[in-house]
Order: sequence, then structure tokens, then C-alpha cells
Amino acid sequence: MFNTIDELRKEFPALAQEFYGKPLVYLDNAATSQKPLSVIELMDRMTRLTNSNVHRAMYRLSDEVTSLYERARDVVVKFINAPGRENIIFTSGTTASINLVARSLADAPCGELSEKYSCVGNRCSVNGKFLGKGDVIVFTGDSHHSNLVPWQLAALRTGAEIEYTRLDKDGCWSITQLDSLLAQIVESGRRVRLVAITHISNVLGIINPVKAAVKVAHKYGALALVDGAQGIVHEKVDVIDFNCDFYAFSAHKIYGQTGVGVLYGKKEILEAMPAFMGGGDMVDRVSYEKTTYAPLPLKFEAGTPNFIGAASLAPALEFAMLLRKDEMALEIERNEKAIKEYLQKEFSGIEGVQWYGNAPLQKRIALYSITVQGCHPADMAQILDKMGIAVRTGLLCAEPVMNHFGVGVNSGSNTPQGMLRVSFAPYNTLAEAEYFITSLKRCIGMLR
Amino acid sequence: MTIKEIEDSIVEEFSMFDDWMDKYEYIIELGKNVPLLEEKYKTDDNLISGCQSRVWLGCEIKDDGNLYFCADSDAIITKGIISLLIRAFNGQKPEDIVSADLSFIDAIGLRENLSPTRANGLVSMIKQIKDYALAYSLKK
Repeated sequence: MFNTIDELRKEFPALAQEFYGKPLVYLDNAATSQKPLSVIELMDRMTRLTNSNVHRAMYRLSDEVTSLYERARDVVVKFINAPGRENIIFTSGTTASINLVARSLADAPCGELSEKYSCVGNRCSVNGKFLGKGDVIVFTGDSHHSNLVPWQLAALRTGAEIEYTRLDKDGCWSITQLDSLLAQIVESGRRVRLVAITHISNVLGIINPVKAAVKVAHKYGALALVDGAQGIVHEKVDVIDFNCDFYAFSAHKIYGQTGVGVLYGKKEILEAMPAFMGGGDMVDRVSYEKTTYAPLPLKFEAGTPNFIGAASLAPALEFAMLLRKDEMALEIERNEKAIKEYLQKEFSGIEGVQWYGNAPLQKRIALYSITVQGCHPADMAQILDKMGIAVRTGLLCAEPVMNHFGVGVNSGSNTPQGMLRVSFAPYNTLAEAEYFITSLKRCIGMLR
Repeated sequence: MTIKEIEDSIVEEFSMFDDWMDKYEYIIELGKNVPLLEEKYKTDDNLISGCQSRVWLGCEIKDDGNLYFCADSDAIITKGIISLLIRAFNGQKPEDIVSADLSFIDAIGLRENLSPTRANGLVSMIKQIKDYALAYSLKK
């Protein structure tokens, strides 16, 4: 057990490594988190011993795997306060979850979905599909590629259009702005079919008002999907309170195994959506001519899933729950606040450093993307690496956001592309933040 | 000097440095001193895109039948390494460039910079230099 950040660090073997003779300072947690012992031990045990295919056979070993897999689903239900197990679909990650929705809705007939959600007198597209000409999919402008490209593809496939909320100078969008965008679409005689909302931006670290955004989406008869890739890690997610129709997240960013994700969906909507992939495990009856599908959630889980990875969600989310309890939660909150205050103060004090995503401290997480005048992010990352510090640089899978701040691929040949991002987890210390700043200053001194 | 002789002299220069800091400081110095490629040459034609840093490379053959390169990058460490490559390759015969193994990069401890995962454009740049050299050696 752990009561302090230092004790918490002992749960993560990866944090005890050294590189180039320096202790690893891992500040790329928004890309993936390190794994605690409880997760490592479960995966080790399942690989060595408790291994057989899930949901298939009539022997003890298979029962054990199935129960570990399904237990993870129960833990997810509890973690996000979902109504039940049929709301939780295991996928390969946030990206796969969003693609599942985009792909399935692109194939969906208008009828059932539209009756429940259409705003403009249940009108369907001429082709009788849920998505078609005159339909609009809206996403928030701070989205990373996973919450953007799937919608572009769905639009291409169906003839629907895409729209997005513009970002202000700090990289924010507002509820008023979202509301007027949707109003504009509806006034022009088109239908808003879905609003895809980024919970927390992976570039800016700003926590968006998802509950209010979902409400606006519903006001205009649209479905609301929340991209929780970063949100699940830092915020309490209550899908009933949010009232979102979908919530997508990955296991690997919240202490679980890579290659696994979750799609939460409202039952009546998931039921009205057509199957996305075909294969084993998702079927009810199959003949050479026709197939009927298994009930939720298996309808969307075709083929052998990453059952060890999915099972890892149980210890991973249980670990996350411990971090959100009592004294430890307060300790983590204090620590995170101290890191944010320290970094903002230091960044503002170094000449030529620009940090993005200005918002009140309680509305942002300890994730900062910066640019430094006269220093290329790739050069800085390379030198910081030699000091044992792991940071992320480049376009951060969010090219439109980079373009917004003038550091995208279209920036002039003298403007380096991309940013340098540091993203902190509960196990990162203020001392690490201090070491990062000292190293950053040294690195800037070398490069200028 | 042959490419090999130049490579050896670079390796000798780098042997003076005890730690990576000195080495990187030297590379950064080299990067700062490389004559800048004029803006007009930084065209998309000459651009070799790495994922994170951009490299521009121009190549010409002079009357002596040897190749001459000019290059630039928006990242200074990349630029420093480029200056080492240009030092080794400038004024060399195309066929010698084609067969150069560039083992000096490993010898001076910069191998990680050539890792494809670093995506800094250097790997593509060396490929491009070799492609130019191959094309010219076939023309002869």
C-alpha cells in the first residue's frame, strides 16, 4: 500500500530505471502510462498459466479466463458508473472505439436511431440512412486525429458534412460557441447527427465542460460522443451524470495493457446500431446465408479479443480508484497543483518560452506543450533524453491544433514544426518538475 | 582526402570529448556554423521530410566530375550531423559516395541519430545522397 507519492512510485518498476547514468524522469504520460505491479502480475499470471481462449470452451481453464475478462467489464461499469455490462464494449483502444461508432453509424438505417434522436421532425436522408446529404457531424477543434479522421471518413462514405468548433487564442472553445454553431447548422435546414467532444485535449491539457456540451448536442437532437483518451485518467467519469451517448478510452493510458480500449454506449443506441465487424463470438446463429447477432456487448466484439489486455483493466482501474480515495487523493491533488503552479511560473520566467492552453489551474491538468524561440523541439528532446528525461515532441497527433498555433506543417522554413510536451502522472514528483526546468534551461543555453 | 580518411579524422576529433555534453555542444557549434542554405533553395523539391525535423538537400556535379552538396535543417543537431556528412562527401566521386559505409557515425557515438524511430530526416538524407551519387555514377 502507499500513502505518499514516493511510496506510490515503488508500485511502478519502470520508474526505477536509469538512462545514461541518470534516473529516468518519465514525462510522457499522455502518450502512455507506466504499469503498476498489480497489472504486471495479472498479465504475467495469465500469460504463464491462466491462458485459453475466452467465451469458448467447457473446461476450467477457459472458465477462469472468461471470468477474468468479464470481471474487468464489471470494474469498468463501476469505474465510469455505467448502467450495466451490456454498455461496455471492449475494443483495441480509443481510436478503435471511435471508429466503431463512426463506421457503424455510417451503415445505420435512419429509422430507429432517428426516431429517438432526430431534431428536425425525424427527417431522414433521401437514402434512408442515419447519415447522408444534409447531415452534419461536429467535433471540437481541440481534437486529436483519433477524434477527427474517423468522422472525415464517415462523411466521405455517406455524403454527410463535418464541422468543428473554432479555437480561441488560448486553444479553448466554449459552450456558447458550440450552441451557436449547432443552431446555425439547424437553421440552414441541415441536421446535426453527432457531436464528438474531446474531454481533455492532449496538446493543451484543458478540461472541457463535457456535461454541458452533451446537453447542447442533445438540445439539437444530436448524439454525443466523448473522447476520453486523456479524460479518463484525470477526471471522475460518470456516464450517467454526463448523459453522453458514447464514451471512448484506452486502457494503456490508465495503467492497463496496450491494445485494449473501451467503448461505453447507451443500450438502446448500441442496439439500434448495425454490427461493425463480423466474426466469431459476436453471433447468435450463423448459416451459410444469414447471421443473427449476439446480444450486447458481444455483438461488437468479433473474433478473439485481447483477453489478457482486457482483463488488465480490472487491476488497472482498481489501482486508479485507490488513487482517488481519501488521503491519497488529497496528496495527489496537492502534488499536481504544486507542479502546475511551479511550471507556469517557471515557463513564464524563461525568455522565449511560450506555453499553450491558458486556463484556470483547476480547469487544466499537469500537461504542458511549449515552444521555445530559437530552439527546435526535436533538438531539445534529444538533449533532454541525455539527461534522462522522456518528453514528447512533434505534432502530437493533432496537426490542426498545431496549425492553429502557427507551428504546423505549413509553418515557414524558419519556424520549427511542433511543440515539446511534458505530461505528468500522479507518480511524478515536484522534484522531477524542478529537474526538468533546470535541464530545459541548460538545454536552451546550449542551443541558442 | 578520401571519404575514409575524412571519416577517420572526424572520429579522431570526437575522441577528445569525454562526455555526451561536450560532444553535443560541438555538434551544435558545427550546426550553427554551416553556411545557411538560401531561402530560395528551401523548396519542396529539395525537402526531405523527417517526421520531426526538416532537411533540405541540393546536389550538383562540377566539371571535375565530383559531387557537391549543400544542405540545411531546421533542427540544429541534425544540421551539425549534416555538416559532418557534407564534409565527408563534398568533392568526392559519385562511385565512392555510393560505396561509403559511413561507419564513423557509429564510431563517434551518434548511431541513435540514424535510428529510423528518431525520424529526424537523416536516414532519408543519406539515402537521398546515395541516390544522387548512384544516378550520376550511372550517367558517366
